[in-house]
Amino acid sequence: MAETISPRHSLLVRVTHWLTVLSFLALLVTGVEILISHPRLYWGETGNVNNRPLFTIPIPSSRSSVPTGYGYVLPDQNGWSRYLHFQSAWIVVGTGFLYVVFGFFGGHFRRNLLPARSDLSPKRIGISIVQHLRFERPSAEEAWSYNVLQRLTYLIVIFLFFPLIIWTGLAMSPAFESLAPATVLGGHQSARTIHFFVTGFLVVFLLIHVLMVVLAGFRNRMRAMISGRVTEPQEREV
Amino acid sequence: MNKLSRRQIITTGLAATAGVSGLAAAAKLAGQYGLIPPDSGGIYGPGETLTYAAQRILTRHTLAREFSQSQISKEPFANPVDPLGEEFQRFQTSAFVDWRLVVDGMIAHPASFSVAELKSFPARTQVTMIGCEEGWTYIAEWTGVPLSHVLELVGTLPQARYVVYRSIQPEAWDSIDMAEALHPQTLVSYGMNGGELPVPFGGPLRMRVPRQLGYKNVKYINRLTITDNLKQFGKGLGSGALGAEDGYAWYAGI
Repeated sequence: MAETISPRHSLLVRVTHWLTVLSFLALLVTGVEILISHPRLYWGETGNVNNRPLFTIPIPSSRSSVPTGYGYVLPDQNGWSRYLHFQSAWIVVGTGFLYVVFGFFGGHFRRNLLPARSDLSPKRIGISIVQHLRFERPSAEEAWSYNVLQRLTYLIVIFLFFPLIIWTGLAMSPAFESLAPATVLGGHQSARTIHFFVTGFLVVFLLIHVLMVVLAGFRNRMRAMISGRVTEPQEREV
Repeated sequence: MNKLSRRQIITTGLAATAGVSGLAAAAKLAGQYGLIPPDSGGIYGPGETLTYAAQRILTRHTLAREFSQSQISKEPFANPVDPLGEEFQRFQTSAFVDWRLVVDGMIAHPASFSVAELKSFPARTQVTMIGCEEGWTYIAEWTGVPLSHVLELVGTLPQARYVVYRSIQPEAWDSIDMAEALHPQTLVSYGMNGGELPVPFGGPLRMRVPRQLGYKNVKYINRLTITDNLKQFGKGLGSGALGAEDGYAWYAGI
């Protein structure tokens, strides 16, 4: 009976997933707004319009002091963007903390994310990559479990990209930089540039993640992440 | 519902309860210890309060990084300011000999200092970074008198909580809490890179708060007011039309 099966995703995973979605989108929009006020990225400790940038993003700026080649200046959105950026960062950090504590002690990481040793052979990973590249529809059992590429990707996002983006963010804080030093990252401006690239990786992850959800069956996968239910029980017996 | 999911729900419930009660306890402590910023109202108030409170708990005494002389930026950038007006030009023509820094408010000895008097006080020279909220930075050597020394000279009363600083540009006033004001790296600066502080960089006097972003480092300061309440200044948000009244956070340590 449908009521007796445990949900595809636990309540905590579902709640933290959607809180992260909301705060990530807010962080992305506000981060882009802040970047628009100085769309130049540098390497090292310092960088300003008198210095040669590592590269420039070819967009107009919200500051007249930044040479962009465009004949106009966009409106300044940094006030609310900075407020919302940090408020969303608090939500994502709090949510992430809950999720990681639960993941370790509730067995979520061990059960659902840690790949089986047998899956980690180059051959098995190779097969999984080929299946993904062919956009093969996942097997029915995959509705109840993550494949090896999925597990590795989620682990990288959770344990590499999120810590790195939090660290590089804090390294840009003038009051906090002695506790989250930028020096090891190559300097203050390097931290900002790494923050930008990790954002890029996370956006690529988001796009592929949504594409995979669509390929695997949008309605079913969304239902699994919202209510926890997958399909009618009889459809499981494939 | 099987045992595992019940256990998960209990774990989740416990964690959520711990989170909520943690927040409630933090809010109570924040009220008691003055960890609530003046711009704590509105939809961004919770995040702003968390940021300010967390920074005050973790970074009250930490130092901004200091750099070596060789790291000083060869091409620092002076953010453009609005035209400074005739009054400023008169001061500038006479090499700022008439410029005064008035100190008033909750102090025992109201005072007014010339730049020369400030230069006669014990000075601190430090190579620090200044970062704009837009993202750009430069490193310079700053010389000035620690604000804590000025506050000691004028006999700041124990109930004082903030230092409000004003500029010859009326809209450019701002304020910092006592933790920041008494911090050894917070300077009333008058020198940069071994010379006088150039006018584009805020000369003759600039509040130098290296643990906060550029916009807290107000240029052309001429008055300090020590207070226990920011409500009576402007709209009560702690800074003027170039800060909180323009939608920018009062606390700029991040």
